[in-house]
Amino acid sequence: MAKKSFEENMIRLEQIVRTLEKGDVPLEESLKLFQEGTELVSSCGKLLDEAELTVKKIVPGTDGTPTEETLPYEQ
Amino acid sequence: MARDVLSVGQINEYIRTRMDSDPNLTGLAIRGEISNYKVYPSGHHYFTLKDETAALKCVMFRGSATGLKFRPENGMKIVAMGRIAVFPRDGAYQLYCTGMIPDGVGDLYIAFEQLKKKLQEKGLFDPAYKKPLPKYPKCVCIITSEAGAAVHDMLRILRKRYPLTQVRLLPVRVQGVEAPGEIASAIRYANYYKLGDLLIVGRGGGSIEDLWAFNDEQVAMAIFQSQIPVISAVGHEPDVTISDFVADLRAATPSNGAELAVPDREALLQNLDAMQSSMQTCVIKSLASARRHLNTLADSNALKGPESAIIIRRNNLTHLLQRLFAAQERATNRGKTRFLSATAKLDALSPLKVLSRGYSITENGQGAVIHSVTQVKTGDKIRIRLEDGNVWAFVEEKENENG
Repeated sequence: MAKKSFEENMIRLEQIVRTLEKGDVPLEESLKLFQEGTELVSSCGKLLDEAELTVKKIVPGTDGTPTEETLPYEQ
Repeated sequence: MARDVLSVGQINEYIRTRMDSDPNLTGLAIRGEISNYKVYPSGHHYFTLKDETAALKCVMFRGSATGLKFRPENGMKIVAMGRIAVFPRDGAYQLYCTGMIPDGVGDLYIAFEQLKKKLQEKGLFDPAYKKPLPKYPKCVCIITSEAGAAVHDMLRILRKRYPLTQVRLLPVRVQGVEAPGEIASAIRYANYYKLGDLLIVGRGGGSIEDLWAFNDEQVAMAIFQSQIPVISAVGHEPDVTISDFVADLRAATPSNGAELAVPDREALLQNLDAMQSSMQTCVIKSLASARRHLNTLADSNALKGPESAIIIRRNNLTHLLQRLFAAQERATNRGKTRFLSATAKLDALSPLKVLSRGYSITENGQGAVIHSVTQVKTGDKIRIRLEDGNVWAFVEEKENENG
C-alpha cells in the first residue's frame, strides 16, 4: 500500500474525530476508530518530528525539462 | 487718465481673485530642490523650492504634511504638487503644497499608478480570481534570486515551520532590465512543468527602483494566469507592488511569505494532541456506558461460570480496551512526553481501571471475535486470547441469558 500523504492522514483523522464526537457509532466501531485515529495521530506526529526540508534548485535541461540540483548551502 | 487710488489690500485682493480663477495655477506638479525647510510649532511646513534660475515660496499645511511618506530635507530634489495663490498679507504668491515625492521616483510613481489603474479596470485584482492556498503544501516553488538574503530567510522559516514540504527554487534575477522577463517566464515554466502546488514570488527590500520588476505588466499577467496559487512577497512591510495586488495572497516580506505558505508544526502537534484527547474522551464515555449496561445485565441474571455470554462480552470489551492501551502505548513511544499527560488522564478514570484488569478475548476458528452465544455451536473450536498467549477450547455447552 502506498504511503498516505500527511494531508490524507489529517483529513481521515479529522473525519474520525468528528464521527466519534457525534457519538452515534457502536462501541466496537468506536474502538476501531479510536485505534485508527491514535495510529494516525502517531504517524502524523512522527512525520512532523522526523521530516527534513528538502531543497532543490531547478535548472532547465537542454530540452527545457526541469532538472534538480542541490544548492551549495544545502549540502 | 487718472485712475482710482487703491489701497494695498484692494490690489492684493484683486490679484488674489485673478490668480484663483486661473486654472493653470491649480493641479500643479513642480520639480525643484528644497531649501530653507522649516517646520513650525503649528505643524505647518514652510520651504523654498528652487532651481538654477528661480525660487518659489511654498507652504504645506499640517494636514497634508502628515501624509508625507518621507522626510523632506534641504537639498533634496522633489516634485511638489499643489496650487499657487497669493497670500495677501505679504503680497507674495506661494505654492500651497498638498503632496510631494522624491524626484526621479516621480515618473515611476506615475507609471505605477497608471498600470495599477489599467490592471484594476481589467479585473486582475478581482477577489473572485483569488485561488485558495493549499492547506498542507507538498511542494513550494520559490521564484527569487539565488543570492539574496530573502531565499535564506524563506528556507529558514519553511524548515522551522513545516519541513514536510519540498522546496524547489527557480532562480531568477529580481532587478534590472531582464528581471521582469525572467520572473514572468519562471512563473509560466513552473506552471507548465507543475513544479509545485504553491508559488512564492518575491525578493528582499530595496529602493523603489530595485523593486520595479514586480511592478511590471508581464509579471502581473504571469501571476494572474498562473494555475498554481501565488504568494507575492516583495520588499519590506510598507512596499506595495503590482504583484501584491494580482497575487492570490500578499505577504509583507519574504519571511512573511514563507509563514503564510505553510502551517506551523507546533500548532499542528498541538492540534494532534487535542484530537487525541477528544477521541479518548469519546471512547471513555462509550466504554463506561457499555460497562454499566453489562453490569446491570450481570446483576440481574443468575449467570455463573466463565463461559457465560456476559463474561465473554465483558472480556471482549476488556480486550479491545487493551488494544486501545497498546495503541496508546505506541503513540507514547514516539519518545515524546506529549501523550503522557493524556494517558495519565485516561488511567485515572476508575471504571476503566477496573475493566482493564483484564482477561481474554474469545474468537472463533476464523479469528472473528465472538459477541454472542448465537455465534457458536456446541463442539466449535474457539480460541481464548490471553495477555501472554492463547488457549484453544471446545464449546461444551451454551446458555442464552435471554432464555
